[in-house]
Amino acid sequence: MPKQSPIPGDIDKPFWDACNREVLVVQNCKSCDRMQHPPKEKCGGCNSSDNLEWREMSGKGTISTYIVVHDTPVTILQAEQPFNVAVVKLDEDPGITMLSHLPGTAVDGVPIGAKVQVEFETTPATGQKVPEWRVVG
Amino acid sequence: MAVNVQTPPDSMYRSTEGLGVWEHKGKVAAVGIGVSPTARRWDESPETSVGAWTILAIRNAMEDAGVSPEEVDGIVLTPDTSTGVSWPKDRPIPESFVETFNLTDDPLDGIVKLSVEWILKNMPELTNIKFAMHAPTCMSNAIVVGAQAVGDGMTQTCLVVRGWHNLAGRYYVGQGAAGMDTIAGPAGITSGHGVPACGTTAMMFQEYCHKYGKNHDMMANFVITEKRNGLLLPEGYWAQHRPENLTVEDYVAARWIAKPANLYDNDLPICVSAAFVFTTAERAKDMKQKPVYILNHTRTTPKHRGAVQTLDDWQEAADETGRKLYEGAGIKNTDLSFENMYDGFTEFHQFHLEGLRFAGVGRGEALDFYQTDISLEGPNPVSPSGGNAGGGRTRFWLHYDSIQQLQGRAGARQIRKKAEIGVSGAFFPDFNYSTIWSATPD
Repeated sequence: MPKQSPIPGDIDKPFWDACNREVLVVQNCKSCDRMQHPPKEKCGGCNSSDNLEWREMSGKGTISTYIVVHDTPVTILQAEQPFNVAVVKLDEDPGITMLSHLPGTAVDGVPIGAKVQVEFETTPATGQKVPEWRVVG
Repeated sequence: MAVNVQTPPDSMYRSTEGLGVWEHKGKVAAVGIGVSPTARRWDESPETSVGAWTILAIRNAMEDAGVSPEEVDGIVLTPDTSTGVSWPKDRPIPESFVETFNLTDDPLDGIVKLSVEWILKNMPELTNIKFAMHAPTCMSNAIVVGAQAVGDGMTQTCLVVRGWHNLAGRYYVGQGAAGMDTIAGPAGITSGHGVPACGTTAMMFQEYCHKYGKNHDMMANFVITEKRNGLLLPEGYWAQHRPENLTVEDYVAARWIAKPANLYDNDLPICVSAAFVFTTAERAKDMKQKPVYILNHTRTTPKHRGAVQTLDDWQEAADETGRKLYEGAGIKNTDLSFENMYDGFTEFHQFHLEGLRFAGVGRGEALDFYQTDISLEGPNPVSPSGGNAGGGRTRFWLHYDSIQQLQGRAGARQIRKKAEIGVSGAFFPDFNYSTIWSATPD
């Protein structure tokens, strides 16, 4: 699907750079051992910016829920309607969720609880790669 | 002399458990309410601007309370007047608006936003304002701040104010970044998949149904009840402009916005303003209206760590809000005569209801509860205001109705059981400001 191209900023640039290398990373606070996504300037647990790092993920997760979008606000996605948007919980930390259009899965045929594997899509406007997820079992 | 408009400090909120009974329990009261007319969209005449209608609502509230403008010494106002369509960048503001009102440095003030400064520039009768705060996002926030401010003695007679504008165009659709082929900031992670406004709620609702074996059709009686209650709210948009009944067939056949959320699970953006008058319980004794006492207020803030919340996040947050409300008010769930928790989107409501354990309803039980008698006439009145679904998108009908119910002047919406204690609050389960109201101070 023709997604919008994210424009990396100071805080999330390492995340998007990793996507371009087809690696999934999540920001982690070494002090709290607490991950957060999207990345932020400070840890939401200890409110410190001193111990933030980037942790590489396995790219494995589970679908926890989904919707079928029939009326999107995003102009470039309107021609694709209806489409799935699923919530994926990462295997390393189910508190970390990501969104996915679930390429390869029929509209409204999303298997809640199914395992998924990350892949990376190139967005048309800038070529920035973004994470996507595909059902693997 | 210019009034220093402050932002509420964290110390004004009751955000954690273990604080005990609120120190001002029963010592602050709502004594007046006022609203403007409603409209679907702004017609661009100055008389119907959000500024003008907020002035009208404030004057109505003061008249309702029987207080003179010079008696009012405080104001807490929500400066946001929409979450949807924005004013086009290069478009000039209507000349008639410029000619009618005293403007602030921001030419859009009074049109698509509202400040205390604008109100004071255009309500010269408010000569005695010494305390002013902007409580962002939601009138529920302004209510919490107003209650604490009166309790703390920062103001004796305080206006609590919220206005809404609605311009031509569709909420969010093609607005700002949504209309571009690039997206910056955290939105690149959270918004790039094209999720509409109701989408996160629909995701949580889907997970809820999957976990507990429920389905979307089970929402019908709740939404129909809300619409019915809303048509009994003469101040509401639907009663004034589109008095249309909703049937089960209408509901289940409605088009999807983000399945499992359909058209009727979303609210209708409108133009309208409301104002309440709060004062001390001592002063309220001899006033025109029966006082409605505030027993407690709470704030709950998001703790989730991912791109979207999880079902666990929402259920834990709703439970936390319920526990905090009861602890601070010194009451139990069985003391509630009714509940008026947020409904815009309708699929929020069962999370709030379960968090409160309203009528003994626990996790996963609300949709079964919706199949029982939840009407105004029944033993467990749910959302007697009709909420956003029944009255239009305001986030304040729930509070307005709670006050009226406890004063015994809700008219055709008056619940048939005795109204003694009620609760109202908005908006997300995990981003929430709620209040316990009572007909008596203890």
